[in-house]
Parts: sequence; C-alpha cells; structure tokens
Amino acid sequence: MDKRMSTAEVVAGLRDGMTIGFGGWGPRRKPMAIVREILRSPLKDLTVAAYGGPEVGMLCAAGKVKKLVFGFATLDAMPLEPWYRKVREAGGLTDLMELDEGMFQWGLRAAGMRLPFLPTRCGLATDVVKLNPELRTIGSPYDDGEVLIAMPALKLDVALLHVNVADRLGNTLVTGPDAYFDHHFARAAEQCFVSAERVEERLELDAATARYNTFERYLVTGVVHAPFGAHPTSCPSDYGWDMSHFKRYAASATDEGGWQAYVDEFVAPGEAAYQEKNGGAERLAKLPLPVF
Amino acid sequence: MTDKVEFTLAELMIVAASEAWRGDGELLASGLGVIPRLGASLAKLTHSEGLLMTDSEAFLVEEPIPLGPRGDYQPRYSGYMPFERVFDCVWGGRRHAMIGPTQIDRWGQTNLSCVGDYAKPKSAMLGVRGLPGNSINHINSLFVPAHSRRVFVEGEVDMVSGVGFKPERWDDGVRRDLMDIRIVVTDLCVMDFDGPGRSVRVRSLHPGVSFAEVQEKTGFPLVAAPDMGETTSPSADQLALIRRLDPHDLRATAIKGNPPGIRTAA
Repeated sequence: MDKRMSTAEVVAGLRDGMTIGFGGWGPRRKPMAIVREILRSPLKDLTVAAYGGPEVGMLCAAGKVKKLVFGFATLDAMPLEPWYRKVREAGGLTDLMELDEGMFQWGLRAAGMRLPFLPTRCGLATDVVKLNPELRTIGSPYDDGEVLIAMPALKLDVALLHVNVADRLGNTLVTGPDAYFDHHFARAAEQCFVSAERVEERLELDAATARYNTFERYLVTGVVHAPFGAHPTSCPSDYGWDMSHFKRYAASATDEGGWQAYVDEFVAPGEAAYQEKNGGAERLAKLPLPVF
Repeated sequence: MTDKVEFTLAELMIVAASEAWRGDGELLASGLGVIPRLGASLAKLTHSEGLLMTDSEAFLVEEPIPLGPRGDYQPRYSGYMPFERVFDCVWGGRRHAMIGPTQIDRWGQTNLSCVGDYAKPKSAMLGVRGLPGNSINHINSLFVPAHSRRVFVEGEVDMVSGVGFKPERWDDGVRRDLMDIRIVVTDLCVMDFDGPGRSVRVRSLHPGVSFAEVQEKTGFPLVAAPDMGETTSPSADQLALIRRLDPHDLRATAIKGNPPGIRTAA
C-alpha cells in the first residue's frame, strides 16, 4: 500500500463545484502547497469550508469560491484577512454560510458520524439563524422541550490537511500543541488528502509520540510530501508563520493589479521557486513560532 | 502616599476589567486583547485565584503568563486546553470571556461580522467566530477601547453575532437562562446591564469623565446606577503586578495616545 502522490495529482482529482474543507485554523497549519496548486489549476465554483485563513482569501482573490462556509477569516496578527475582506466589500461573495465556530465543528462531527444533524444551542437568537434560512430548529423530545438548532451535517467531498509527519500508508502525526479540528475534517470527507513536512516509509513510534496521531489512516486517501507546505502559515512545532510574506500578500489586496503580481511572483513558478522567493529552506525552517 | 500613585488610563481599565471575574470561582477566564488579558491575569493574582487561564495557545497555567516576548521566562503548564476543549468548556458554561466587539447595542447584542449591508458590507470584519456559542452559553464581559456612537449603536447591531437581552430575538422554548453579560469596560466608564428591563447602566465614571459625556458618545439612553461613583484607581500593589505581567508595556499601545488615568478637563 502506497498512498504517496503529488500535489498535481491531488488537484487533478478535484472537480468544479466540489465542497472542499481545509484543515488548520486561521494562519495556522493550512495546506498551502495544495492551495497554490489549486490556484494554478482551472478549478472553479468551489464551496470552501474552513476555519479561515489565507487559503480563503487567496481562493476568493482567484475567483474560485462560489460559496463560503465559515466562522471567520483571519491572519491573527493581522486580524482581518485582506482578500476575504476585499472581495466581500466588493459584493463579490454573497453565497455565505456564516456559522459559530462550534456549529461548524458540530456540522463536521455530524457528517463524520453519519448523522443528519447534531443539536446545539449555538447560533440561536442571533443573525446566524436569520441569514441561514436552511438551518432548522428542533424541539427536545423529552420533558424539557428545549428548542435547539439542528446543525446539519457538513459533508465534504474532499478534505485537504497539512501535518508534520506522515507515512506512505497514510498514518499522520500533528506535533504542534493544538490539533485543531483536522480529525473532524478527515471524518466528514469522502476523500482526504494530507500534505506533510516529512513522509516516511512506515511510522514506528514510541507510545508518547504515537499520541500525536489524531485520525486513522483509513480516512486518508493520499499523502503528499510538501516541505514548508504550510507556508506562509505556521506549522508548529516545525516553524512559525511568515509575517513578512503576510505583509506582501496583504499589499496585493491594495496595489493595482496586486493579485496578478502576487500570482506571477509566488504561485505560477511552482513550489521550488516559491521557497527560493521566500528565502529558501534555510530561512523557512527558522521562522520563529509565534508567542501568544 | 498610596493615593498619589500615578497611573495610565489603560492601567485603570485593567483594574476595572479585573473586577469582571470577581466571585466567579473555578472557571476558565479568557481575556481577549491586551487589557482584558491583563485584567483576567490580575484577577487571578489578587481576588480570584480559582480562575483557570491558558497560555493563549493550548495549555493551562496556574501562573498568568506575561505578555509579549518571554525572554528567560519559562511557562509552567498545569493542563491542556486546545481549541476543541475550549468548545467543551463553553458548552458546559464554565467560562467567562471578555471580548471587544465592533458594535454593541442597547440589548447587549454584539457584532464581529460586518458593518453595513450583509451582501456588500461597508466593512467585512472577522466573522462571527465563537460569539454565538459563547454568548448563549456562558458569562461574557465586553471591552471597548474607544467609547463612541460607532460602537454603541442607536438601533440593533448590523449583524447580531452575540446574543443579548432583546426579547423579540428569543423564540419560545429557547433557553436564555444560561447567558449573562457582566460588565462593559470602556475608556470612559464601566457599565452593566442591570438597569430596568436589563437596560444599560453606568456603574462608574473614570476620573474626569462626566455622565453627560458618556451619554453624548452613546447611541442609546443610559441610566446612572444609584451608587454611581468614580472608577476605583489602581493601588501601588496592583500597578506592580501589572508591570510584572506586561514587561514590554504593551498596555501603552492599547488606548490611543496612552492618556493618564486622571484626565483633566480639556
């Protein structure tokens, strides 16, 4: 069994109109090498589901997002995601499912458990219910009779994740302090592709390290070796996010022709050139982990 | 001597913010932003040692972590609190967060999503984040660095991201007894929602600020608490703790112009 493939092979399997979930959180551990491959592809009309960071902004900038399912889009140190903001304010993204972070998780969990919905109190009495008329409420069948939102399963065609370590069988390790919600994305998806900083033949771990595994390999369709594949987002415990690149990216949202210039410089030439443009492996490996 | 200590407005607000958590016992205290985080830290180190806090990433700590670059400081962890566990904590109600929304209305409803028309907003912001779930499940307090009618809007906030006390928003059968809003700390005053019908009340005015000025900068009518007085000044001990918790003086950039705590009439 060998699940190794290239980013090009991953993206070749994606189709227009698919619902794609992106793991990570904001500017943290996003599968950016695969995102850049999507940006180089003709793929379009995507439904993007994410705890949003620059992947949301970049896919919006490239006009590939038909619908966004999200709770937020942010670069943390820059609170407002520049391209998400620009496209929203231009009226270029109106098919939105804006959800509480917990509702989002509940939707993924329902999909992973093959349930039609999971009940939650989150979202009631806010505009989340008003702006998403497809959300229905349900009355508790027990004596309490409480009215709750039936958060529908958020089924993904594909989940794209980036992890620290994988093997060719699809075993994965997330060694940073927070696994975020990647395991729920993996469970909610028909297919899950994982890029990794390091890909080994077969993981043979001690018990303490094995606990960094957060989802089973049977959920993993393909494994991509993508060193610095989360850049410019962070990949704890390997490297931090790249503020100078974020600034360059943010400037692309204000400069005339900025997005095309960004694509020409960083996306079109491919991943090897991308690393060189950002100071090469030596610099990328030393990007400091953020202090919160 | 102690009544002569000098302090900045930010330091006054940190002490005022710390009061939000008084009496909370054992729950997760989350202060988002420099002043709320210092407020929570100060609360834990003074009157509310039972509070749980994190390193603002994924671990629990019993000693609040100083802000900014840590130098030789080594955090000592007492437990684990990744995002997923924060959700569990939220849904169980054992959390009190202080956040700074973009808009707040007279019902305590908050907005972090967008200003203007939803389809083509004048300003697209973060998104609702965890506000819907936080606001309906546990205690929240609010922080406003620049008190104005742009924040305290006249009608409803443009996108209701966090719940409030507006009866029309609550359908039959929805539980509204699990939420509460404790205090609102601004650069002018401290307010709460304990006026008639949970309306907004000014609890204390910062030194040199008048009720009229607060009212003028608020888009809805305010009432004064019967015992409305001046916001308590930081003590020398509190200031020493604040300096220890914020060795890089990030609080100096938290309020525009870093004004002194005792403002004289302009």
